[in-house]
Amino acid sequence: MRMSAAALIFAGLVMTGALLGPAQARAEIEVDVNRGDLRPLPVSIPAFSGDRGADIAGVIADNLGRSGLFAPVDPAGNQAEVSTEPDFPVWTALGAQALVNGAATLVDGRLQVDFRLWDTFAGQQLLGLQFTSTPENWRRVAHKISDAVYERLTGEKGYFDTRVVFVSETGGRLNRTLRLAVMDQDGANPSYLTDGSEIVLSPRFSASSQQITYMSLRQDGSAVFLLNLETGRRESLGQFSGMVFAPRFSPDGSQVAFALERNGNSDIWVMNLVNRQSRRLTSDPAIDTSPAFSPDGSRIAFNSDRGGSPQLYVMDANGGGARRISFGEGRYTSPVWSPAGDFIAFTRQGGGQFHIGIMRPDGSDERTLTSSYMDEGPTWAPNGRVLLFSRQEAGGEPRLWTVDVTGRILKPAPYAGGASDPAWSPLFN
Amino acid sequence: MTRNNALRWTVLLAAASVLAACQSAPKPQPETSPPPAAPAADAAGASSDVQTVRRPPPVSGTPLPGTVQDFVINASDRVFFDVDQYEVRPDAAVVLERQAAWLRRYPAVQVRIEGNADERGTREYNLALGSRRANAVREHLIGLGISPARISTISFGKERPLDPGADEEAFKRNRNARTAIASGAR
Repeated sequence: MRMSAAALIFAGLVMTGALLGPAQARAEIEVDVNRGDLRPLPVSIPAFSGDRGADIAGVIADNLGRSGLFAPVDPAGNQAEVSTEPDFPVWTALGAQALVNGAATLVDGRLQVDFRLWDTFAGQQLLGLQFTSTPENWRRVAHKISDAVYERLTGEKGYFDTRVVFVSETGGRLNRTLRLAVMDQDGANPSYLTDGSEIVLSPRFSASSQQITYMSLRQDGSAVFLLNLETGRRESLGQFSGMVFAPRFSPDGSQVAFALERNGNSDIWVMNLVNRQSRRLTSDPAIDTSPAFSPDGSRIAFNSDRGGSPQLYVMDANGGGARRISFGEGRYTSPVWSPAGDFIAFTRQGGGQFHIGIMRPDGSDERTLTSSYMDEGPTWAPNGRVLLFSRQEAGGEPRLWTVDVTGRILKPAPYAGGASDPAWSPLFN
Repeated sequence: MTRNNALRWTVLLAAASVLAACQSAPKPQPETSPPPAAPAADAAGASSDVQTVRRPPPVSGTPLPGTVQDFVINASDRVFFDVDQYEVRPDAAVVLERQAAWLRRYPAVQVRIEGNADERGTREYNLALGSRRANAVREHLIGLGISPARISTISFGKERPLDPGADEEAFKRNRNARTAIASGAR
C-alpha cells in the first residue's frame, strides 16, 4: 500500500515555481483558508494524457472541489500538453485562474505522473513535479498531486493523501450492526475491519502511524484494542475491573488515555504501551471521560460533569491542574485537540440542537460551526482546516459530514452509508 | 435452557393472545353471501333445528416460576430514570423491591444490570451515564439484601435503544436500566 519510494522528484521545474517573485502575480490566485466565504478559486484540470490520465485528473478535481476552496472549471474539451507551455488565453477565457495539467506514462512497469500547476493570468508556472508508483496506486498519486496543489495555493499542508476510520452502521435502529470500517478520505476503497458481532465504538488514529485504538462492547464487558491497519495485528490493552472506553493515543503513540468506570464512577487513566503500566489521572466522583492529548503531549482535554453538567476541562498530562474551559450555553462533550494545538473541537448541546464547535485551549474564541438534531464526534483533518463529524436527523441514521474551521463550508462526506465516530488519519509518509 | 423456556413461553403467549383476540374482537362479517345450502335462521326464533358450535373455553398462560419470563413479567426487568439522572426514583424503587424479592426466591440466579441512555447525549458521555444508572440499580439491590457477587453491570450508552422513536416519549423509555438474567434461571 505504502508508496515507499514515492520519490518526489523535483523535476527541476519546481525551481521555477519557487523563484516566482512578483508578489502581485502570486496574490492574484492565493487562496486564504481562513476565509471560507471567499469565492472558490476557479481551477481547470483537463484529463492528463496517457493511461489513467483522465481518472487521475478527475480525482484531483473532486478533491479540490470538495475542499470548498477551489471550483473546478470544465475544460470544455481543451487539452493542455504537459511538455509545452499552455495556451493561457484558452484557460483564462474559461475563467480558470489556475491550470493543472499532466501526463501519466508507464516506465518499466511503473506509473510515472508528471504534472504542472500554472497561474493562467500571470502566465507562470507555480509547480512542476513528478510522482512514480505502481500503476494500481494511481489514486494515491492523484491525492499526492492534490496535496501539492493545495499546499502551493493555500500555503497550508493538504489532507487528501489520508484515510478515515469510522463506525459503519447498518440495520434498523433497534437492530443495528456496527462495524469498524476504513476508507480513503474521498470515500474510495471502503472496507470493513470487524465483522459486526460486537459493538465497536470510538476508533482513533495514532498521529504518527497507521494504527488505531477503539473500544469493543459486549454483554460480558468492554475492551480497548490496538489495531495495526497495515499488518492486521490486533491486541487488547488488557483486562480491567470495570468498563473501559473512550481511548485515544498520545501524540507520539507511546500511551493511550482512556476512561475507566468502577462502581459507576468514570475516571481518566493512561497506559504506557511499552511497559503496560496504567496510571489514574483523575479521581473525581463525577463522570470524567473522553480524554484527548494536546499535540505536544503536555496536556489533556477531557469531559467532566463535576460542575453539575458536562463541560470541557484541561489538565496537565500527569493529571494535575484541571480547570474548566467551556463556559458557553449548554453541555459540552467530546473534546479533541487540533493537530497544531491552536484549537479544541467539541460537541455542544444547546437550544435543543447539537453543534460542532471550536475554541482556543484556554476557552476563548469559541465558534459554533454546525447545528442539527444530532451533530457529534468531530475529528480533525491533519492540516487542522477541516473537521469530519457525524450528523443524524431525527429518526434517521447517522452520516458523515465535513465542515471547515470557518463553518462556511459544510458538506456531506463522500460516503453514502450509515456512519459515525469518524477518525481522520495523519498524512501518509 | 433459558432459550428453550423463552421459546416455549413465546409460543404459549402467542397462542394465548390469539385466543384473547378471538374473544374480544367483533365477529368477522362474511364478505360473500352464505352458501345457498346453509339453513337460514328463523326470524321468529325457531332455533331448535339450528346446529351451534361452541367456542372452546379460554386458555390462559402464565410463566413457569423461576424462569426469565417469570422475572420479566412478574417482577419487571426495567426501571427508568430522569434526564441526566441516575438516582433511583420512587416508582423504580417499587420495581426493584419486586426484583429483589424474586432474586431472593431464586438464589442461583445471576443478573447483569445494563445501563442505557437516550440519544440526546454524545456517545462517550452516555456510556459513562449508563454505567452510573446500572451501578445505582446494583447498589439499590445490594441494599435490599442481594449479594454483590450476584450482580454485574455494563453500560450500552445510547447504543441499544428500547424505543426507536425520536420524541420525548421514546427518550423517556430509553433512559433505563435493564436487569438481565445472566444465568441460573429455571
